[in-house]
Amino acid sequence: MTNAAQTSPGPIRRWIARATVRPEPAKRVQFDRPLLPWLFLAPQLAVIFVFFYWPSAQAISSSFYIEDPFGFGATFVGFDNYTDALGSAEYRHIASFTAIFTVLVTAFSLGLGLLLAVKADQVIRARSTYRTAMISVYAIAPPVAGLIGMMLFDQHIGPFVKLAAWFGWEMKVGLNYFDTAFAMILVSVWKQVPYNFIFILSGLQGIPQSVREAALIDCKNGARRFFTAILPLLAPTAFFLLIINITYALFDTFAVIDVMVKDKAANNPITLVYKVYVDGFRGNDIGGSSAQSVILMLVVLVLTLVQFRWLERRVHYG
Amino acid sequence: MAAITITNVSKTYPGAAAPSISDINLTIQDGEFIVLVGPSGCGKSTLLRMVAGLEEITVGEVKIGDRVVNNVDPADRDIAMVFQNYALYPHMSVRENMAYGLKNRKTPKAEIEARVAEAARMLELGPYLDRKPRALSGGQRQRVAMGRAVVRQPAAFLFDEPLSNLDAKLRVSMRGEIRRLQKRLATTSLYVTHDQLEAMTLADRLVVLNAGRIEQVGAPLEIYHRPATTFVASFIGAPAMNLLDAEVDGSRLRIGSHVIDARRNMAGQGAITLGIRAEDLHPSATGLPFKVDFVEELGAQRLVHGLIDGQALVLILDPHLPLQDELRLSVNSDKLHLFDILSGRRLEHPQTAANGIPVPA
Amino acid sequence: MNRIRPLDHLILILGTLFMVMPVVVAIMTSTHTAVEIHTGGLQILPGNDGYDTYQTVLTRQGGFTGQVTGARMVMNSLILGLGFAIGKIVLSMAAAYALVYFRFRFATLMFWVIFTTLLLPLEVRIMPSYQVMSQLGLLNSYTGLILPLLASATGTFYFRQFFKSIPDELLEAARIDGAGPVKFFIDVILPLSKTMMAAIFIIMFVYGWNQYLWPMLMTTDERFFTLMRGIKQILQVWVGSQIPDYNEAFALAVLALLPPVLVVVVFQRWFIKGLTESDK
Repeated sequence: MTNAAQTSPGPIRRWIARATVRPEPAKRVQFDRPLLPWLFLAPQLAVIFVFFYWPSAQAISSSFYIEDPFGFGATFVGFDNYTDALGSAEYRHIASFTAIFTVLVTAFSLGLGLLLAVKADQVIRARSTYRTAMISVYAIAPPVAGLIGMMLFDQHIGPFVKLAAWFGWEMKVGLNYFDTAFAMILVSVWKQVPYNFIFILSGLQGIPQSVREAALIDCKNGARRFFTAILPLLAPTAFFLLIINITYALFDTFAVIDVMVKDKAANNPITLVYKVYVDGFRGNDIGGSSAQSVILMLVVLVLTLVQFRWLERRVHYG
Repeated sequence: MAAITITNVSKTYPGAAAPSISDINLTIQDGEFIVLVGPSGCGKSTLLRMVAGLEEITVGEVKIGDRVVNNVDPADRDIAMVFQNYALYPHMSVRENMAYGLKNRKTPKAEIEARVAEAARMLELGPYLDRKPRALSGGQRQRVAMGRAVVRQPAAFLFDEPLSNLDAKLRVSMRGEIRRLQKRLATTSLYVTHDQLEAMTLADRLVVLNAGRIEQVGAPLEIYHRPATTFVASFIGAPAMNLLDAEVDGSRLRIGSHVIDARRNMAGQGAITLGIRAEDLHPSATGLPFKVDFVEELGAQRLVHGLIDGQALVLILDPHLPLQDELRLSVNSDKLHLFDILSGRRLEHPQTAANGIPVPA
Repeated sequence: MNRIRPLDHLILILGTLFMVMPVVVAIMTSTHTAVEIHTGGLQILPGNDGYDTYQTVLTRQGGFTGQVTGARMVMNSLILGLGFAIGKIVLSMAAAYALVYFRFRFATLMFWVIFTTLLLPLEVRIMPSYQVMSQLGLLNSYTGLILPLLASATGTFYFRQFFKSIPDELLEAARIDGAGPVKFFIDVILPLSKTMMAAIFIIMFVYGWNQYLWPMLMTTDERFFTLMRGIKQILQVWVGSQIPDYNEAFALAVLALLPPVLVVVVFQRWFIKGLTESDK
C-alpha cells in the first residue's frame, strides 16, 4: 500500500495533498477568537464522532473478526471475511446484478430527466405545471414508491401484469427473478426522474440568453445546436447528477427493494447494500456484513475520488 | 478628528514571496483629504484596509491621533469606512443601517435619532429612511453608506473606491457631494481610487502608488506639472503624457533625426525619456514634423494622434482649425519633462534642481 | 421562439402522465373498498369509502401489541421530520459559521473531519450504528431515531456555500460598526439566512419524513413506528390473507406521501432554490 502510494503520484496522493494543504480562507477577514469557534462546532462534532466515526471505525474493526452469534466474544480472522465475501459465487452474482441495476437506473432516469427537461425548457406555456407535477413525485418516499409499484405489478389487480399478459408475458413480480428486477428498475427510475428533471431544467435556465442567441445565429440545425452549444454547458450539472444517480441506485433504492422482495431475498434480485442488511440483521453474520460494508465504503470513496479528480477535468465549466 | 501617521509600513501576505506593500511612510494632517491612486494591484486598498484594521500590518506602525492602532480592533479605531459595493445590511432599513454602529456603541437613543436625522438631511435621504437598500438606486445606496459613516462622527473617513459601481454621470455628481461633505465636516479622509480624474478633483494631496511603493506625494497640480517618474507622468492626466525616446546633447534634444533647442543646458547626458503633455504641443511654421494618424473629437477639443519619427504622440488642438495630414509642432522649452531612461525618475533642470534660483540662459 | 410546439407538449404530457398517474391511482384507489379493488382492479375515479377507510387506518389499534394507530404513526413521522430538519439547521448553521467566519487552529482539519461524512451514507454503516445505539441505550427513542441521521454534513455544506456567497464587506462593515461574532451572527447572518433556512428546512423535512431503513431498524416498539415502518408492516400482514386490505395499504401510502408532496409543492420556489443552488 505504502509502496503503491510512493510510486504513483496518482489521484489519491494529490487528493491527500489537497486535504492537508491549508485552503484559501473563506473570508478575507475572519474573527480571531480561541474558544468561540469550538463552541459553534461542538454540537456537530459530537454527533459526527458518536454516530459517524465511531460506527465507521467499528465496521472496519469488526470486519476482521467473526463474532459469536450469541454474543460470547469474537475471534480475529484477518481478511477471511473479505475473501469469504468476494470469493462466494452468491456475492459475485449480487455484485453483478448491482452493477447492471445501477447502470440501467442511472441511464434511464438521467435520459428521461434530460429529455423532459429539455422539452420543458423549450415550451413556455405550462412549464411550471410540468415542474410541479415532477416535484410532487420527487417528494414521495422510496418505500411508498415501492408500495405503489407493488400494486401496479400485483398478481390480481396490477395493470402492468394485465398489460404484459396481453403480450403473452406472464409476469410474476416477487416470484420470478427477471420480472422482479424489471419492476424494481422501473420503480427506481420513476422515483429518480424528477430529481434529474429539476436539476437539468434549472441548469438549462441558467444558461445566459445571450449564449442561446449566439448559438441561434451560428447554427441553424436545432438538434446540432443543442448538442454542440447547449449540452456542453450542462456538463457540470450532468456530471454532478451522474454521481448522485449512481449513489441513489446503490443506496437509496434500499426501501424500494425491501418493499418489493418482502423479506424473501432468497430467489429475488437484491443489491449489495441489501445484502449487508440481510447478512447483518437476518443472518447475524456481523463480521461478514461489516466486511461488505467496508467494501461498499471503498466503492463510495472511489466514486468520490473520481468525482473530484478524473471526470471533473473533462467537463467544460462555463 | 485626528491625524494619521503611517510609519515604515510593509505587508506580506502569508505564502507570498514579495511584499504587497513595502515601506510606506505617510503623514495625513488633521482634516486633510488624501487620495491613494494607482492601477489595480498596486496595494492601495491593502494600505487603506491596514489603516481600517481589516488587514494585519506585517511591519511598521499606524497611528491614528496619538494612538498606535496596530493591534486595535477596527471597531475601536474611531474610523468609518465606505465600501465599493456599499456593504449595506440588506435586511435593515436605511435608518437601521445608519444607526447600527451607534447602537453597538450604546449611544443614547435620542442622540442616535438626532444624528441619523442630521445625516439624512445632509444627504437628502429623509424620504427613504424606512426603505430597505434593495428599494434604492445605486446613488442612493452610496449616500446611505456615506450616511452610515457620517453619523459615527469618526476621527477619519476611509473610502474604498466608493464610486466605482456608479455610472459616469452619477459619479461626477457624487464626487462633488463627497468633496462638499468632507469640507463641511473637516474630517480627515483617506480615499482609494484607480480613477486619476477622481483623484485629481478630490484630493488635497495625492499619493500615487505603484507595485506597493509610493511613487509621489503631492498636491494634484504639483503632481500634474512635475511628475516624479514616468509612471506618474503616464498615470496622471488624460490624455496621458507623451513619452518619447530622446537624446540630450548639451542644450539640444534629439528625437530621431530631429532636434529641439531647449535654449539651456539640461541635466543628464545621452539617452533619456522625454515627456510632453498633449496640450503643450502647438502647431507652428517650423518645428518637429508630425504625421497625423487619426483624430478623436471631444467637442471642446480635438485629440490628434500621430507619429513623430515613428514614435506615437497625441496633442490637443482647437477643433475650429482646419486639419492637415502633416503638421509641424513646437513646444515651450520649460514644458519639457526629462526622465532617466532606466529608472524612470525625473531629471531636474540644473537651474532649478539645487536651490531653485534660475540661472540666466 | 414562442411558437407552440405540439410535439414537445405531447412528450411532456406523456412524461408527466407516466410520472403522476401512479400517484393519482393510489389516491383514487384508496377511496374504494378492498373487495371492489380485488374484483375491479386499480381505480382512477374516486369511490365512496374513503372516509371509512381513512378513519379505520388512522384510529384502529393495529400491530401485534395494539399500541399503534395510523394517527400515532403520522405523529411519529412528523416528529422525525421536524426534529431532523430543525436539528440539522441548528447544527449545520453553527458549524458552517465557525468554519467560514473564524480563523482558528485546526480549522482545515475540522473542515475535513466534517466533510468526510459526505462520503459515506448511513446505509453502509447501519450494522455498527445499530450496535452503537444499543450500547447507548437509545433504541426505541426519538433521540435515537433522529440523532444518527444528523451525522452528515449536507446541511453544513449548504450553509457554508451560502455564507461564502455573502459579500465579505458585510462582515467588514459590521466589524467597523462594532459587532462581535455573536452579535454579527444574530444581527446579520440569521436574518440574511431566512430563505436559505426555509429551503433547507423543506429539503430536510422531506428527507426525515421519508426515512425508511433507520427507523425500521431502530424501532421494535410499535409506539415509535413511523408511517414508513407502517407500510412495511401492512405488507407483512398480507402474506396468506384471502383478500388483502388494498384500500388500507393505499390509504397509508397516501398519508405517507401527502405531507411531503404538499410541503414541496407549496414551497416550490424555495425548495428548488435550496436544492439546486447549493450543489455548486
